[in-house]
Amino acid sequence: MIDEMETEGRRRAMGALACMPAGLLAQRYAEVTASAPPALAVRGPEVGLVMLRGRAGGGGAPFNLGEASVVRATVRLGSGEVGHAVILGRDTGRARMAAHLDALWQCPDWRVRIEAEVVAPGLAAEDEAVLDRAEETEATRVDFFTLVRGED
Amino acid sequence: MYVAVKGGEAAIANAHRLLADRRRGDRDVPALTLEQIAGQLSLAVDRVMAEGSLYDPDLAALAVRQARGDLIEAIFLLRAYRTTLPRFGYAAPVDTGRMRIERRVSATYKDLPGGQLLGPTFDYTHRLLDPALAGDAPVEAPERRALAAVEDCPRVIDILDREGLIEGDGDPAGEPGDLTRDPVSYPVGRDLRLQALARADEGFTLALGYSTQRGYGRVHPFVGEVRIGLVDVEVEIPDLGFTVRIGAVRLTECQMVAQFKGSAEEPARFTRGYGLVFGQSERKAMAMSLVDRALRADEFGEERRAPAQDEEFVLEHGDNVQATGFVEHLKLPHYVDFQAELDLVRRLRAEAGQRRAERGEETR
Repeated sequence: MIDEMETEGRRRAMGALACMPAGLLAQRYAEVTASAPPALAVRGPEVGLVMLRGRAGGGGAPFNLGEASVVRATVRLGSGEVGHAVILGRDTGRARMAAHLDALWQCPDWRVRIEAEVVAPGLAAEDEAVLDRAEETEATRVDFFTLVRGED
Repeated sequence: MYVAVKGGEAAIANAHRLLADRRRGDRDVPALTLEQIAGQLSLAVDRVMAEGSLYDPDLAALAVRQARGDLIEAIFLLRAYRTTLPRFGYAAPVDTGRMRIERRVSATYKDLPGGQLLGPTFDYTHRLLDPALAGDAPVEAPERRALAAVEDCPRVIDILDREGLIEGDGDPAGEPGDLTRDPVSYPVGRDLRLQALARADEGFTLALGYSTQRGYGRVHPFVGEVRIGLVDVEVEIPDLGFTVRIGAVRLTECQMVAQFKGSAEEPARFTRGYGLVFGQSERKAMAMSLVDRALRADEFGEERRAPAQDEEFVLEHGDNVQATGFVEHLKLPHYVDFQAELDLVRRLRAEAGQRRAERGEETR
C-alpha cells in the first residue's frame, strides 16, 4: 500500500517535471539544488525517438501513429538513489535537471521541498496554461437559438 | 564497353551555393526565424510532422526553412533525420477521449454533450484575401469565456454505441505491426493501414477520400466528430515498471460514420472510419477516415472495385517520399540506358527499311 502510494507520488512528480515549462524548471532547479548533493550521470542525456500509438476507432486495437523525439537521462546520487527522466523534445539540460530532481525526490528530506518548490508550481503552471486554452476555446462554443414559429 | 564518366563536382558545389543564396533571398530582408515558422506557419509545420512521421515542431520548422517551403522536401528531410536516431521504445496508446479540446464539431448531433466548439477554424471565413495581413497590424487577444462547469466531452461514437446503433471499437488488445521496421506483405491488418494513412501524402489521401464520395467505393459518410487538441504522451520507464507522462502532442481525430451493415442474424448498424493525424489537420484526418472505411470493404462483404478500396494500391502509392523518389529519379543520369534504347530504335528502323526494300524488289 505504501509502495503503491510511493509509486503514484513519484509518477505524478516525474510527470510534472517533464511537462512544466522549461524556463520554470530551470529557475526552480537552480534554487532548490543550490545546496543539494550533486548527480552523477549514469546514462545520457541522449536524444532518441519513441513511437506514439493510437487506437483504431479511438478505443480499439493499437496502431503505430508516428514517432516523436525524446530526450532521456539517468543519474545517481552519492547515496545511491537513481533518478530517471524522459521528456518530449531534444532539450538535454531539461532531462538532466528532471532526472536529478527525481533522484532527490526519493530522499525523504528532499521530497517535501521538491514537492512544494518544483512539482506544485509546475503543476500549477500547467493547469493555468490548460485553463487559458480552454477559456479561449470556450468562447467559440456555438449557442444555438431555437426560433419558434406559429401559435403552438 | 563501359565508359566511366566523372565530372560535375564544381558544378554541384556551385549549385548548392546558389541554392543557399536563393533560399536566403534579399539580404536586406530579415531572415525567417524558426520561431516565426513554428508560430506563424504552424499548419505547414504540422503537415511536415504528420507526413514526416516525426513529432518535433522545431525540427519541422527547420526543415521547412531548409526546403525553401517545399513541404515534400521538408518531409523528406525529417524522414532522413529520424533514421539517425535510436528508438527508445513505444508510448502507451494515446487516450483521445481525454484530449484537451481546442476544436470539436459534430455533423450528426447539434446539441451533443460537450457542445460544438469551433476553435481556430478557417470555416465561415469568406476566403477573401485580406490586404491588412500584408502589413503587421496589431491583432486582438482572443475572447475568453469562463468554463460553465467541468463538462465531459464524450465521444459522439459512444452516444450511438450505448444504443448499439454503431459498431464498437473492437478488441483493444494486440501488438501492432510497424511498416517502418518490417517489410509489408499483403493482405495487411487495419493497424498497418492506419499507420500508412497517418503518414500518407495529404493530397493523395484527400483525392482518394474524395473519390469515395464521388462513387468510386462505397462510403456514404457523416462526420460523427472531429476533435483537435492536446493529448498526454505516456511511456513506461523500463527500470521502474510504471508509465509516466513525458509531454503532450497536438492531434486531430476524425470519427466518420458510414452506412449500415446488417444481416439476418445481426440488426443493421452504422459502420465507421477512423482518422488520427499529428497536428491540426482536419482535412487530412477526414480524408484518412474515409479511406480507412473504404479499405474495410472485405470486413463488410463489399465488392472491391475502386482504387480507395485497394489496400496495396493505397499503401504503395500514398507515401510522398517514396513517390517523389521514384518520379524524381528519372532526372538523374540515364545516359547508358538511353544510349541502349537509342541504338535499339535505330536498329529497328534500319531493319524495317531493309524489309521494305526487299519487298519492293519482290513486287517489282
